Amino acid sequence: MSSVKPLVEIKELRKSFGSNEVLKGITLDVAPGEVIAIIGKSGSGKSTLLRCINGLEVFQSGSLTVDGKPLLHKNPAAMRALRQRVGMIFQGFNLFPHLTVGKNVMLAPMLVKKAASGSAEVMAKKLLDRVGLAEKFEAFADQLSGGQQQRVAIARALAMEPAVLLCDEITSALDPELVGEVLKVVEGLANEGMTLLMVTHEMGFARKVSDRLIFMHQGRVHEMGPPDELFSNPQTPELKQFLSSLTD
Amino acid sequence: MVDFSIWDIFRNLLLAARWTVALSLIAFAGGGLVGLGLLIARLSGLRGVQTLISVYVQLFQGTPLLMQLFLAYFGIALFGINTSAWVAASVALTLYSSAFLTEIWRGCVAAIPTGQWEAAESLALNFAEQLRYVVLPQALRIAIPPTVGFLVQVIKGTALASVIGFIELTKAGTMITNATFKPFVVYSCVALVYFALCFPISLYAKKLERKFNVQR
Repeated sequence: MSSVKPLVEIKELRKSFGSNEVLKGITLDVAPGEVIAIIGKSGSGKSTLLRCINGLEVFQSGSLTVDGKPLLHKNPAAMRALRQRVGMIFQGFNLFPHLTVGKNVMLAPMLVKKAASGSAEVMAKKLLDRVGLAEKFEAFADQLSGGQQQRVAIARALAMEPAVLLCDEITSALDPELVGEVLKVVEGLANEGMTLLMVTHEMGFARKVSDRLIFMHQGRVHEMGPPDELFSNPQTPELKQFLSSLTD
Repeated sequence: MVDFSIWDIFRNLLLAARWTVALSLIAFAGGGLVGLGLLIARLSGLRGVQTLISVYVQLFQGTPLLMQLFLAYFGIALFGINTSAWVAASVALTLYSSAFLTEIWRGCVAAIPTGQWEAAESLALNFAEQLRYVVLPQALRIAIPPTVGFLVQVIKGTALASVIGFIELTKAGTMITNATFKPFVVYSCVALVYFALCFPISLYAKKLERKFNVQR
């Protein structure tokens, strides 16, 4: 994989909130088609790292490129181009409540990619079918369960045909019985070759689906490697402690 | 001595009420446009602009409308421009409304969860699109009750324009009183006309609110 040009290239990324440095020099290359799971305690900087990749957070130093294009906060045109390559799914779904499910999916392609409403509708129906919600096209978000809302959010992100998808604890706000249906969709994407970066607390899922596991601790990549290796043979006391705290 | 019937009083008041309505519409339309412009400038996040606008809002919220009318009437004249009561009242009420409306609407926009902005942003929508297609439609629904409430305030506020010689409902009432010497009857009629203007608007606001809640 190292011979392929990385899709996401992060070099010495540092990010502070005021005087509190939450990312203390992150360097990470993500190959096309790679599935990366990021685990770690809350406050370790996992979500912040993810939010840096699509420019929702501004970082102070270091560089970040997606598809060879650098992330430039001050340049709206560059940000718009970058965000079309990077999809994001949130813990809280963040569907637009005033629009139907179909319109949620169609909005960005029509505005940003200037898709005609006919072709956007065809694509939206196809994507909703893919996440198993074809019949919900005319529904509103508040008529759906959490799991359904999250699947719509996935379809909405896919509608922009991103090269990489960021998943920020996407099952954490769900009732336990709804987690499976969302993870199944994500697993399907992984199998189809979508590049995924996901912050997750679902260790079983991370182990099963990811190509590489990252353990973040105090703003640094503390340990990184194949998931089976990290889970069965953690090298650092911090990861050992983190893993054992999960089984308690 | 001429005898004034209640109908005479009412007829004259209704004629004057046209100007109350016209002034209210000008104030509300002008204030809405300026207020919306200020809101967008504020949301675009330029630091200097933000401070400037909040000073503007504080100035208009912290001084009586009566003073604003006086200052507009005599202030514009200071620049050598010949003002009429019409122009002065329109300018003062437009600025006054814009300050209040921009503040009301800012609160409505602030009530939209940041996740909505972030979702729109990460879908590559630019600032104008985020505002136009995601945030403002949601903010509009919660903005209706306070906005209409303020419209009612503006209608009643136009009464103050009588002090700079603008002949609207209140001024007409005063003039009729001077002719009829029946202040209680005349001002009761004036109050009734104001009520007839404001009450249907409040009712309509309730209806709109319900409609938006069903339609989302």
